[in-house]
Amino acid sequence: MGVEAIDRRSFLRVSAALGGGLALEIAVPGRAMAAAATPAELSAYVTIAADGVITITGKNPEIGQGIKTALAMLIAEELDADWARVRVVQADYDPARYPDQFAGGSLATPRNYLPMRQAGAAVRQMLLQAAATRGAVPLAELTTEPGLVVHAPSHRRWTYGELAAAAAHLPLPDPTRVPLKDPRKFRIVGTPQVGVDSAKVLRGEPLFGIDTRQPGQLYAVFESAPAHGGRLKSCDASAAEKAPGVVAVIPLKEAGGAYALVDGVAVVATNYWYAESARTLLKLEWDLSAAKGHSSEAYAAAAKALLDKGAGTSLRKDGDAQARLATASKVVSARYAYPFLAHAPLEPQNCTALYRDGALELWVPSQVPRQAVGMIETRLGIPAARITAHMTRIGGGFGRRLDNNFAVEAAAIAKALPGRPIQLIYSRADDLKRDFYRAAGWHAFQAGLDSGGRLTALTCHAVTFGTDGKPNRACEMDANNFPAGLLADLAYQQSLLPTTIPTGPLRAPRSNAHAWAFQSFLDEVALAAGKDLPQLMLELCAEDRIVGDHSDPAKALSAFSTTRARGVIQRVLADSRWASRPRSGPRALGFGFYFCHYGYFAEVADVTVEVGDYRVNQVWVAGDVGSQLVNPLGAEAQVRGAVIDGLAQAAAQAITFADGAPQQSGFDGFLLGRISATPPIAISWVPSPNPPTGLGEPALPPVIPALTNAIFAASGRRIRSLPIRA
Amino acid sequence: MPEMTAISLTVNGQARTLTATPDMPLLWALRQELGLAGPKFGCGAGLCGACTVQIDGQPARACQMPVGAVGTARITTIEGLQRDPLFERLRAAWLEIDVMQCGYCQAGQLLSAHALLKATPQPDAAQIDGAMEGNICRCATYPRIRAAIAKVAKEAGHGR
Repeated sequence: MGVEAIDRRSFLRVSAALGGGLALEIAVPGRAMAAAATPAELSAYVTIAADGVITITGKNPEIGQGIKTALAMLIAEELDADWARVRVVQADYDPARYPDQFAGGSLATPRNYLPMRQAGAAVRQMLLQAAATRGAVPLAELTTEPGLVVHAPSHRRWTYGELAAAAAHLPLPDPTRVPLKDPRKFRIVGTPQVGVDSAKVLRGEPLFGIDTRQPGQLYAVFESAPAHGGRLKSCDASAAEKAPGVVAVIPLKEAGGAYALVDGVAVVATNYWYAESARTLLKLEWDLSAAKGHSSEAYAAAAKALLDKGAGTSLRKDGDAQARLATASKVVSARYAYPFLAHAPLEPQNCTALYRDGALELWVPSQVPRQAVGMIETRLGIPAARITAHMTRIGGGFGRRLDNNFAVEAAAIAKALPGRPIQLIYSRADDLKRDFYRAAGWHAFQAGLDSGGRLTALTCHAVTFGTDGKPNRACEMDANNFPAGLLADLAYQQSLLPTTIPTGPLRAPRSNAHAWAFQSFLDEVALAAGKDLPQLMLELCAEDRIVGDHSDPAKALSAFSTTRARGVIQRVLADSRWASRPRSGPRALGFGFYFCHYGYFAEVADVTVEVGDYRVNQVWVAGDVGSQLVNPLGAEAQVRGAVIDGLAQAAAQAITFADGAPQQSGFDGFLLGRISATPPIAISWVPSPNPPTGLGEPALPPVIPALTNAIFAASGRRIRSLPIRA
Repeated sequence: MPEMTAISLTVNGQARTLTATPDMPLLWALRQELGLAGPKFGCGAGLCGACTVQIDGQPARACQMPVGAVGTARITTIEGLQRDPLFERLRAAWLEIDVMQCGYCQAGQLLSAHALLKATPQPDAAQIDGAMEGNICRCATYPRIRAAIAKVAKEAGHGR
């Protein structure tokens, strides 16, 4: 597996900063990273003021994952900045200057780790050169200390602020050739750093999208059909228009469907409360015929029929699993099912928009503002060149804000009220109703064991949602699901159900469900073979193997390494004292492993089952995300958050539908994790000589099978349908 | 239909007046009539705690209190605690432990924690969980919320 998965070619532009100092722009074209990468440039922007204060621009959306802090740490490290004198400011959406301005897929760390370091190193090189000229000393005799260039032989030193103006006039070094620090000499990266915005947030400063205030701002709500697929037949707004505080009632017509704009009626008022109150006075008639029959129960029945029928589209066929099953000495079969889930970030969807003289200004809490701007251009006809998008701090993402219907709606409302800034706010019910849900799914598994208890064949038939033979957004089953590639006879198939329910990526998309189904079934297989799941996993991973294409650097990180898997499995077994725990009574351990988003995570849950319910006593996590954690404080926060999120999902979360209408409309029906259910979570890092990768997602999937496998071990109750407390 | 009327409030020690319908939840009066961004909108049903303020020192859900029913009660938001010594200790612990992730719920968390430690300076683990149970953190910063409250309590204990 190559250590350098990211192409290093890059170039820099430099100019004098306003008020004296140095401004640097670095661009790295042609990244060869994930398939999703657009052929855009990556850039960062650094200024050093004459007083030595360094300002670093954070280009990515901050959704609580800590990227605004982490990317700045990488630049500051190689720049050898004094972290206490670094300021980080949020960039606007600006594709000409900053590509990859998005938050998703745990991609920011792997994509930016090297380019951000190179940016910092190039600036440092220029400061060294400026000092060499000023001091008339050889470059080789100069070193840096935080914020200073030092000439040890003459005991002279210059602050970066003193050197910045001169440095700005120097030729640019090739950032791919500037020396980078030996990571063992890092002073900032790898040390715990508090989030750069934390102090402000904890004073209640208005940083979030919903805190945006523009002169004369109005507030809007958007009433859409009660069921997905509904169309507006008629609207009588006469009562709503007369309600206190109401400024306008604006019917909007469908354009592009659920992912862009659906039929609905916007109520605009001087206060959210007036808009929300007036919407109850709207007299709307909906055509809900398209939503009829789109119910959770109907989907489950249709999925069962497809699984009973048995033949799906082949995703992967290695050897001849059916023949192997026919001759197996033992066959294990089971079906698993999981529900739709909402994202429910705590800051409801919102967007502030001002349309004036043919131009649109947005304040948009989006994980991918590019998509919001593009959709507004396509659907509303406002050219992207006339759209300015400010990126606000974001009160949680979890994948919800990868889809930008709320921004299109806000823009459409603003376009109808030129010159008036409007802020669209979703009520919590809107937020749960207008989500792009984690898709429900159904899996039928079969496994064959030989007389020695060895797993010899595995089949999985998955039922998910799709249209015209193609899976809907974030619905597809991954043909590389473990143990694909490690078993000679294996077959994965998929069948698709039609739906009107919009789906989308939820934190660790697909993996958050597939890890549970596969690792639960493999737990059953292991027990049928007279062993336990970690033992089976270690047997399957016994040889050092790379499954996937590791010769292509673009795919190297996605290839699965049995060596790295064994590393985290063995570590979590040791940490949880797996082998020496008693195997009887109402308290037991359960295990889960998964590889996704380039991260290897093995987790063990310690669970007590009592009077029909359960309690999680502790969770152990072992993770391998490469050679270096950028910010250990942020890294541990992501892991703990993911574990608690996964436990809450499994415990009680589901969105169910009746004729296309979601049946949960608030936090009484859709239950988020609370403090009292939070167990202690012990984390061990298993570093490996691989490029650093991200942490927003990969720690979540394995905790769910760890939990349900523990419940089985403690009670004999096999959880084959989520949520557990259904 | 409720009509708009002049309403007087005492917010963060100051007399404020606004024009609103009396049924408007205090949250929307604070956020959109009086310009305070600290109390956040999370659910509108008193289930998440993002809008927590203190009314006469007691934690309360601003989304559930009609502004017309507040009367002379003293309302405190996070903006009004900036020089409160206990709040400053909490905030310092929050920063030292790096509690927050997205931060959206954290003003509500701090107001609940502040009310807890005012009433119970040395809470045990169950009392901490009990006082904080109504405040959802979607990022699940709960382990560090517990640690930060315990740290402030412990330091206060040592200071006696």
